[in-house]
Amino acid sequence: MTLDLVRLDDRLVHGQVVVGWGQALAASLVIVMDDRVRQSEWEQELYRMGMPPHMSLEFASVEEAVAAVPRWLCSSQKTLLLTGDVDSLVRLVEGAPAIRRVNVGGLHQQPDRRQRLRYLYLSETEAEQLRRLAERGVEVSVQDVPTARPIPFREIP
Amino acid sequence: MSESLRGVVVSHAALAQGLVEAVRQITGEADPLIPLSNEGCDGGLLAARLKHAIGDGPAVVFVDLPGGSCLQAAVRHQRTATDVAVVAGVNLAMLLDFIYHRDLTPAEAAKRAVETGGRAVRAVTP
Repeated sequence: MTLDLVRLDDRLVHGQVVVGWGQALAASLVIVMDDRVRQSEWEQELYRMGMPPHMSLEFASVEEAVAAVPRWLCSSQKTLLLTGDVDSLVRLVEGAPAIRRVNVGGLHQQPDRRQRLRYLYLSETEAEQLRRLAERGVEVSVQDVPTARPIPFREIP
Repeated sequence: MSESLRGVVVSHAALAQGLVEAVRQITGEADPLIPLSNEGCDGGLLAARLKHAIGDGPAVVFVDLPGGSCLQAAVRHQRTATDVAVVAGVNLAMLLDFIYHRDLTPAEAAKRAVETGGRAVRAVTP
């Protein structure tokens, strides 16, 4: 499998992902899966500004990503897929059951969210959605940077 | 310019605070500079904090990296604001110079910061 990391992170393309995970996994392709950003050229340009020259950046809607997963899985290019919200992640995994492992990175403060870890805030609905993914056999682990211990989602308070 | 520029320094962790404190130690003044960290913020919250820090006056936003969440928040704000310029790759030299040259337009100050900050980066050989 060369879809090396499927990550939930509301900052999408940022240092922790590009430098931290990108270096650790020797990734050469980052995919931002976000329906809104897919339609916004200026936001895409904004995210491109954060990319080092040796990495490529592509944008996909959830629907496009579901269709492309088989191709990404067969590719020899080491790839990170980023999405910023739980709904999109769940839609991806439901549409592409070949994805058996997801990484929960940073989700930050919002009025309906409760702090679970220093870098992780979830609403009760979001927590339940992730719990259901885990119950269906998807490996859901919480880990901000590659050097941190991955925490199984069931251990998250 | 009828109103002096304000500077907002946006960074990962406590870098912005450290830079502004260094300006204060060296010059004795840093009130025109406001430090902001992206710690604990998603893009929306950081943009809201940035908007509050800038207020209504002309400003230059200095961010640490030429990409990533700090720059994204600054550019998002810049698209909705007039009289705001953004400089990526902040360093101490450009902030020290900025403190004494706040009678420029934001665009002029940003250009000056890039020149001053760039001149300060060099390989030093014995």
